[in-house]
Parts: sequence; structure tokens; C-alpha cells
Amino acid sequence: MTSSSVSTSKNRSWPLEFYRSAVGKKWVMGITGIALLAFVLGHMIGNLKVYLGDGQLDSYAHFLRELLYPLLPKTVTLWIFRTGLVAAFLLHIHAAASLTLLNRRANVAYEGPRDYAVATYASRTMRWSGVIVAVFLLWHLADLTWGVTPMAPQGWEAGAVEANLIGSLSRGGVALLYIVANLLLGIHIYHGAWSLFQSLGWAHPSYHRLRRWFAQAFAGVIVIGNVSIPLAVWAGWLG
Amino acid sequence: MNITLRVWRQAGPSDQGRFETYRVSDISAEMSFLEMLDVLNERLTLEDVEPIAFDSDCREGICGTCGVMINGRAHGPQAATATCQLHMRSFSDGDTITVEPWRAAAFEIIRDLMVDRAAFDRIIEAGGFITVATGAAPEANLTPVPKDTSETAFDAAACIGCGACVAVCPNSAAQLFTAAKISHLNLLPQGSAERYSRTERMVDTMEQFFGSCTNHGECEAACPKEISIDFIAMMNRDYVKAKIQKRRGG
Amino acid sequence: MTAPNLDPRVPNGPLADAWDNHRFSIKLVNPANKRRFKVIVIGSGLAGASAAATLAELGYRVDVFTFHDSPRRAHSIAAQGGINAAKNYRNDGDSIDRLFYDTIKGGDFRSREANVYRLAQLSLNIIDQATAQGVPFAREYGGLLDNRSFGGAQVSRTFYSRGQTGQQLLLGAYQAMARQVGLGTVKLWVRTEFMDVVMKEGRAVGVVVRDLLTGEIRSHSAHAVVLATGGYSNVYYLSTNAMTCNVTAIWRAHRRGAAFANPCYTQIHPTCIPAAEEFQSKLTLMSESLRNDGRVWVPESPDDNRAPDQIPDQDRDYYLERIYPSFGNLVPRDVASRASKRMVDAGQGVGPRKNGVYLDFRDAIGRLGQQAISARYDNLMQMYNRITDEDPYRVPMRIYPAPHYTMGGLWVDYNLMTTIPGLFSLGEGNFSDHGANRLGASALMQGLADGYFVLPSTIGDYLADFLNEDPVPESDEAFTRTESELQDRISRLLSMKGNRTVDDFHRRLGRVVWDHCGMSRSRQGLDQALSDLPDLYEEFRASARVPGDGESVNQTLEKAARLEDFFELAMAMCVDARQREESCGGHFREEHQTAQGEAVRDDENFATVSAWFWTGDPSRPELQEENLEFENVKLSTRSYK
Repeated sequence: MTSSSVSTSKNRSWPLEFYRSAVGKKWVMGITGIALLAFVLGHMIGNLKVYLGDGQLDSYAHFLRELLYPLLPKTVTLWIFRTGLVAAFLLHIHAAASLTLLNRRANVAYEGPRDYAVATYASRTMRWSGVIVAVFLLWHLADLTWGVTPMAPQGWEAGAVEANLIGSLSRGGVALLYIVANLLLGIHIYHGAWSLFQSLGWAHPSYHRLRRWFAQAFAGVIVIGNVSIPLAVWAGWLG
Repeated sequence: MNITLRVWRQAGPSDQGRFETYRVSDISAEMSFLEMLDVLNERLTLEDVEPIAFDSDCREGICGTCGVMINGRAHGPQAATATCQLHMRSFSDGDTITVEPWRAAAFEIIRDLMVDRAAFDRIIEAGGFITVATGAAPEANLTPVPKDTSETAFDAAACIGCGACVAVCPNSAAQLFTAAKISHLNLLPQGSAERYSRTERMVDTMEQFFGSCTNHGECEAACPKEISIDFIAMMNRDYVKAKIQKRRGG
Repeated sequence: MTAPNLDPRVPNGPLADAWDNHRFSIKLVNPANKRRFKVIVIGSGLAGASAAATLAELGYRVDVFTFHDSPRRAHSIAAQGGINAAKNYRNDGDSIDRLFYDTIKGGDFRSREANVYRLAQLSLNIIDQATAQGVPFAREYGGLLDNRSFGGAQVSRTFYSRGQTGQQLLLGAYQAMARQVGLGTVKLWVRTEFMDVVMKEGRAVGVVVRDLLTGEIRSHSAHAVVLATGGYSNVYYLSTNAMTCNVTAIWRAHRRGAAFANPCYTQIHPTCIPAAEEFQSKLTLMSESLRNDGRVWVPESPDDNRAPDQIPDQDRDYYLERIYPSFGNLVPRDVASRASKRMVDAGQGVGPRKNGVYLDFRDAIGRLGQQAISARYDNLMQMYNRITDEDPYRVPMRIYPAPHYTMGGLWVDYNLMTTIPGLFSLGEGNFSDHGANRLGASALMQGLADGYFVLPSTIGDYLADFLNEDPVPESDEAFTRTESELQDRISRLLSMKGNRTVDDFHRRLGRVVWDHCGMSRSRQGLDQALSDLPDLYEEFRASARVPGDGESVNQTLEKAARLEDFFELAMAMCVDARQREESCGGHFREEHQTAQGEAVRDDENFATVSAWFWTGDPSRPELQEENLEFENVKLSTRSYK
């Protein structure tokens, strides 16, 4: 029985101990990355409803709030998703931040020139693209979810998703911000969606090209889908 | 050939260090890069300047002793080539070549282009072996190893421990070195008994010295033995499994 | 000084049981007592690392010293071709007896029967041990171990790991040792160079070392000292050895009283890339295994300047196949090397400097396809391409012999102990098993046999007598005296502020030794060398320049210290070569050859080991001979025709 008590204590510390290692943190970043990719994709597809006009986007938002109702009270499902999403974000960011600190300690800069052989712009700017996208996300929430001035457009109204969206993106500067942020998001995904297979250890050589293609396609679809909306507003096709 | 060299000179670990410029003339294109440094060193000696300290030994690309950054690339411009096998024909007459030691917090500069790579030995000591006391081995052909498995293990085992992977990594990570050794041993049936404990111990030791992997792939490109970063993925997978094994009390 | 008698301590009785009987008859140290003994191992190559790992597994406390930054750098790592073992997996008639016989014959009947037989027996255990350690030997599709044939043998008994067998075996031994370092049973000292052995009452009781980073001189005491420090081919300056390979450890031991055996037995490897320019720092070997599929030839006419692929077969001289039809391209190394030298000396050499012969894969590629050849040798092909900028799949390789291995070394008895009690020598550093010529793929075998299996068994016989004795304290006068002698020597070297570089003298030394004590030797040439060498040595001491100080990294100082020992060794080599009035193996005396230029041995007078003792004058060592008894093989003239 002594041995079982020993193994219980191992049990408790296991996830924490795993997360304490850099390989564990990268694994967590991979898993949370998948969750975030799924969200980003779903979010983009949902947003495309704006092109249907006719209050379709508002209904979609309403539908999300009432998901699984009356099995569960209204907005509960949505909050479960939101909680998971927030947790994924926080873990992703925490792991990235602490790995960045570790890497800063481990690294010494070269005094002379440095000629990268294969590292891409995307891979080398993950921290910056990540930080900027996170800051943008706060803006985006204040703008369209919470309706906080001065981020939100004039006349912001809870539940009027389509009107809020078009109102916000009608502002030239804001539209530009959304475009730039989504391009950075695409760059972040371009490396992340490839890299997560490495971190999770799912990198069988026969799927190399598929992985690269997957990352490119994913980043491309997200950028095109999301950027099309401010462009469409600017071109006057919406609203 | 005539070459202008910018070489990092540093008297010792606590010295600040700086680039010094030397002109080397009448070099043969057939000369290796290190032979060019030898020629320069002989000249410096006679000019009463202390010769440039650098590590090298076998000069045939297998011992892993040599290794410097040449124009911002580990081991210089030629792929799959250690510094000692780089020849001056890879450069043009009149070139300026910048030479700098490997840099990483774990690789302290000893003098000029020499660095301390002892952390690699610590990683091996943590688990980079198969426990088999001399004399205890069974007949070699008792355990067949599929040819593919053996070849893949060899691809990993080809690592020469030069440190180029760490030198080029923006995070100074030693994942390629560590993964190569772990994969070599984990892939073989002889190494499977210690698979998870080995992975865990070696990764944990590695992380005491080095940064983390952000999958740039620079290490693979710099590796004179062209070791694939697939082995890093393999190591990551085994590390997760190792933690689960441990949870089970395995 | 009167030299001690050479007692090889070869066990009596039938050869096949000798090793077993010997192990039974020698003294043992019981497991609990082993930790009371401290053993110093100098060198971390195959022999040193395997010995250190095994001694530590047995329970001894071991200190390992290497001047490299990591034990894994030792030059064993560069061995390409493979390792022999009489497993007879190919069912082609191999056996322990045959490996024994091939090794004795390959060594031209100048090695000790009992040692060689033991080596052949242990070859089996080495493969088992290395495989269990994870050495990725080449395998067949069925998953079992593959073999190839190698020069000097008519069976396939060579195990290999692509062209990096030495690397993989060394990593195996290094990892076994690293495990012990992790367990705290081996203490590892890197970038620390052995400088002298410390003697007290006629025994080796420790070492004096120099920290290469700080210049600090330190003493380490132990019950026994093991030298596993490799060979001395770098006496030739240009050789296939690594830059730092040196004779210092065994030479300093020699100066303290250890007999140096057969220094003139050096091996010139037939397949190296010819020198391309004047400042070349080393020569690169192309594994002998290439001779399995490559055909060696030169143009019939010295004036043939066509590109090799333009020369039709009838204008080519496949001279090895012509002269030695039964072994063809697979004749032993010394035979192949001399044949190539004759071709180049006759003006038939190829390449821009006319200093090579062709090794051609055209026919093998035609027969087996490029893919098959690439699977066997691609790393060698790539290495050749990187060095020469030529594609050996299309243009024949150019090769030429180069100094590669030294069969001579410290004289050791059957227990691998030198003439200094408590001082052992393993691997290439001893003289033991290869006679006058080493067969391909036998160096790895010997290094590992010595380290894994022989020394760990035999060292107990010496140690058992010192069970209740602590090591001599490092404050003892024996240590402090040796330290201060070294300090004086370092100061003297540092005061050398002449106008020529140390490398310059090394090149000049190398040229003298290569010209007069290289692939072929003559009394006249050796006399010439023996009159030139002391002068050159004097000039070195008077006009070499050693910059810097002794308190930090000083690579020139390291070189200068090693070069002094090479100078003294060179004289001993020439004295030994002059004394040996016969041709055998790698030692070819021009006075002793047939009309066809083949070596002529003199078994009547020279079936002996020449063991030289230091007298204080490097060109006048004192000779003692160990007679070689051949009871199991018949001495015959080697014929590979």
C-alpha cells in the first residue's frame, strides 16, 4: 500500500511538473494553439454571414447565445466555450512568455552579421505577431463585444452585431487596423499551424508537405475571410 | 587569393572581446579554411602577435571539435560541411570574411574562437546510453533490428556534437543534439527498456542549460550531418509519453 | 641504468585455453575491495573509454584525463571501415583460428601468438557488447548483422556502420563511460593534458598533468596508471591522424623507464587523398573498404595526359590485379602502399601534382548500379567531393599512401603492463597485437578488446598486492619533484623566442622521417636521418618561437612540448629501423628485397620484438629483445599472389 500512496503523490504533481518543462510548455502551446485555430476558423466562418445581410449575422449571434437551450439556460453553452477559450489564451500566452524569458537567458547575441538559412520572417516574429494580435484582440472586444468608447463606433448597441460591425469598419483607421492585425494573425498562424505538429510530436516525415500545405492554407483562408469584410465595407458592398 | 579576415579576439572568459582585422594574402583555393587560419597564425607568431586560438582536431569532419560562425553561418556557407572541411574555393578573391565563436549562454567563450561545450556531456551523462555492463551482452544476432529502423537510428547517431545547432538557434536550444541522441537509442530495441526514463532525464538536463525550441529549423540547416528536426518531434512525443508513464508509476 | 628483463608472462598450455587459464590463475580483487583502488586512465578513445567504463562498473574508482574538450573527440572517432570479428555469420569458413592466423600473417609474423589468439577470441564479445550498447551496425533486410570483406582477408568478417564505424563504437564506449560519470564512479578531467608519470620505488604511482585552460600543473595519485593515448603517426607531420595526436604520454613513460617496442613499425595506409598544396595540415583517409568495389590503376604511359575516362582499358595498368591475381585490389595495406609508391616513383602518377593513383568505381557502378555503390560509400564519396571538388561517381578518385597507424608502442606483457610496474598501456599506444603490419578493421577490435575485456581482468593481478596501501600522497617528494621538473620544462619552452614557427619545425621533422623512415628505408638514409635529426632538434630549441605565457590557453606551447617528444621518438624510430636488418610488414628495408621488389624477412635473426630502453640520449637507446615463439603457426613468406 505504501507504493500506491507514492504513486498518488506522483499523480498530483504530474501535470504541473510536465508544464514546468519547456517541452511541456510547447506541448501546451500546441494544444491550445489547436483550440485557438478552431475558434479563429469558426469565428471567421460565422462572420461571413455578414454578406447575407438581412440580419442574418444578428440571428447567428442570437443562435450562439441560445445554443443548447433549453437543455441549458441561455448563454451557458456560450460561456463554457468562452471560458475554455480564455483559458487556452491565457495558457498560450503564459507558456509563450515564460519560454521567451528562458530563451532570453539562454541566448547570447552575435556581434557580427547573422545570416539565417531557413528561419522565416514568420518564425522569427512569433512573439511580436502574438503580442500585437493579443493587444488587437482587446481592442476588438472593446469595440464590438463590450461597446467601450472610444473603441466602439458611435451608436453601438448590444445585439446589433451587423450594424456595430459595419459601423466600426466604416471608420478608415479602424478598418486599416483590422486589416493589419489580420495579416499579422495570418503570419502567426502560418508558423504556428506548422510548428504545432513538431511540438506535439506528430511530425511523421511522410506528412511534411501536407503540414506545410495545411499551415499555408489555414493562414490564407483566415486572412482572406477576415480581411474581406473591412474591404467590402470600404468598397461599399456592405451596409 | 587575398582575403580580409575580421576575427573575434578575446583573451579569456572575462575579457570583453572585439573584432580584429587581418589581411591574408596568396592563399591557395585548395587550402581548407582552417589551414588558412594556420597560415595566418604562423605569420602572427613571427610578428609577435598571439595566434588566434581555435579548436580543431580530426580535420575530416567527424570529431566535432571545430566550429565557428563564418559570415553569420555556422561552419560557413557550404551545406553539410564542418568548418574543417570548408575550402577556400568557397570564397572569392578579395572577400571579407567575419569569423566569430559559437555564442550561447551555456557555451562560455574560453579564448578567441574556443568555447566550452561541456553541457553536451552533461546531457549524455544524464541518460544518453544503454545500460549494459561489459560482459552482460547477449549474442548480437539474437535481436534482429529492421534495416529501416537501424538506418533511421544511424541517421540520428551521426551527430558529431559540434554545437552548430545551438550556435544558430535564436533561442540557443540544444534540441537537435539531444533529440538525435535520444532517438538513436530509443529507436533501437536494445534501447527501448530505458526509453522513457532516458528521454525525461536528458530533456530535463538539457533545459538546465539551453533554451526551448520554436521550430525555426535553423539547426537542421546548419547541421554538418544533416540531422532532421523530425527527431525533435520524436523526442517531444516520447517526453509526453514519459510523463504519462511516470504518472502510471512506470 | 640496467633494463629489467622482458617477461611477457605468456601463459603455458594450449593456445585456445590460454586466456581462460590465465584469468583463473591470476590474482583477483574482491568486489568490496575494488572501491579502495584508484586507477588513472589517460585518454578517452576506444581503449581508454572502454577501460574506464568497465573498471568503474567493476567498482574501481577511476579518474579519466583527456586534453580534448570532450571524451568523444578522441581520434578513434575517425576510423571509417569497420571492425573484425570471427562470428562466421557468413558461413564462409571463418573461425577464431582463421582470424588469429590472418592477423599473425598480416603482421608478418612479428606478433605474440597468445596475444593475437586472445584478440581473435574476444572479437566475438566485442560485437555483442557494442550491439547491446546501441551501436548501429549495418544490417541485412532480415534485421541481422551485415558483413563486408576487407584487405588482407579472404572471408567477410568486418562489421561496419556505414563509413563511420569508429565514430559509432567510440560513442558506445563514451556513453558507457558517461553513464559512470553520471553515477559518480568516473571522474572526468577534460582539457587536461598528461605530462609525466610519477615514479616511486620503481612503480608508477600517479601522474602530473597540465590544465590547458589555466596552465596549472597538478598531481594526481593512484594505485595504477593506464595509458590509452593512441599512436604517433604525426611524427611524419602529414598523416591521417588528428592534429593533436601525439606521442607525449608514451614517450614520457618511456623516459621514466618503460620499454618502447618496435618504434619503426608504422603503417602507411594505401587509400588517402593526395596532398593538394604546400600548407596542407593533414591527409584524409578514404576507407580501405573502397577497395572492395574500386579498381586501382594508373595509365600505362607516364606521358598519358588524357582525362581518366578517355583512357581505354588497354592503356591502363591495373597493377594490383596484375601483380597479385589472387588478392587483387584487396592485398594488405603495406603491399598496396608500396606498389602505389613504385608506380608514382616510376612517373605514372596521376593528378595535377602526379602524386596519386586512380581508384575507379566505373565497373562496380556498371555492374551494381550507382545506387548500390552509393548505399555503401556515399558518405566517403561526399567527403572526397568536399575535399577535392571532384565527383568520384564520374571521375576516378585519386589516392596515395599516407601514414596512418603505428604498430610500435610501449612494450607490454600479456597483462598489458609495461616494464614499469603499475603502468599499463592499451590500444594503439602499446605494441602488442599487430606485429609489423596491422590488418584493416583490426585497430578498433584491439582497442576495445584491451579496454573492455583484457585490462579489467588483468589489472587486479597487480592491484591485489596493494590492498591495504593508500595511494602515495600528492604531497610526496616524488610528485613535487616531477612537478618542478615539468615547471622547468614549460619555462624553458616559453623562453624560446626565436624566428621560426613550431609548425615549421614539425614540417621539417616530418620530411626527414618520411624521406628516410617512411614507406621504404635504407641504411644510408637512416644514417643520414640520424645525423640530421639531432641538428634539427638543436635548431628547434635554439630558434623556434613560442609566443604567449603559460597561464592561459597557449596552443603553440602545447605543440612545442609535443614536438620535442616527436623529435626524440624520430631518432628512436631510425635507430630501430636501422637495427632491424630485414623487411617485414610496414618496415621495408631496401637492402632486403627480392628482385621483384618484395619484402624479405629474416626469421633466423629477427623473429623478435625490439624493446628499447631510455638512456638519456635519444639516439642511443638500449636494446633488449623478446624472442617470439611460434608454436601454432608455421612461418611462411607472405604471398598475396
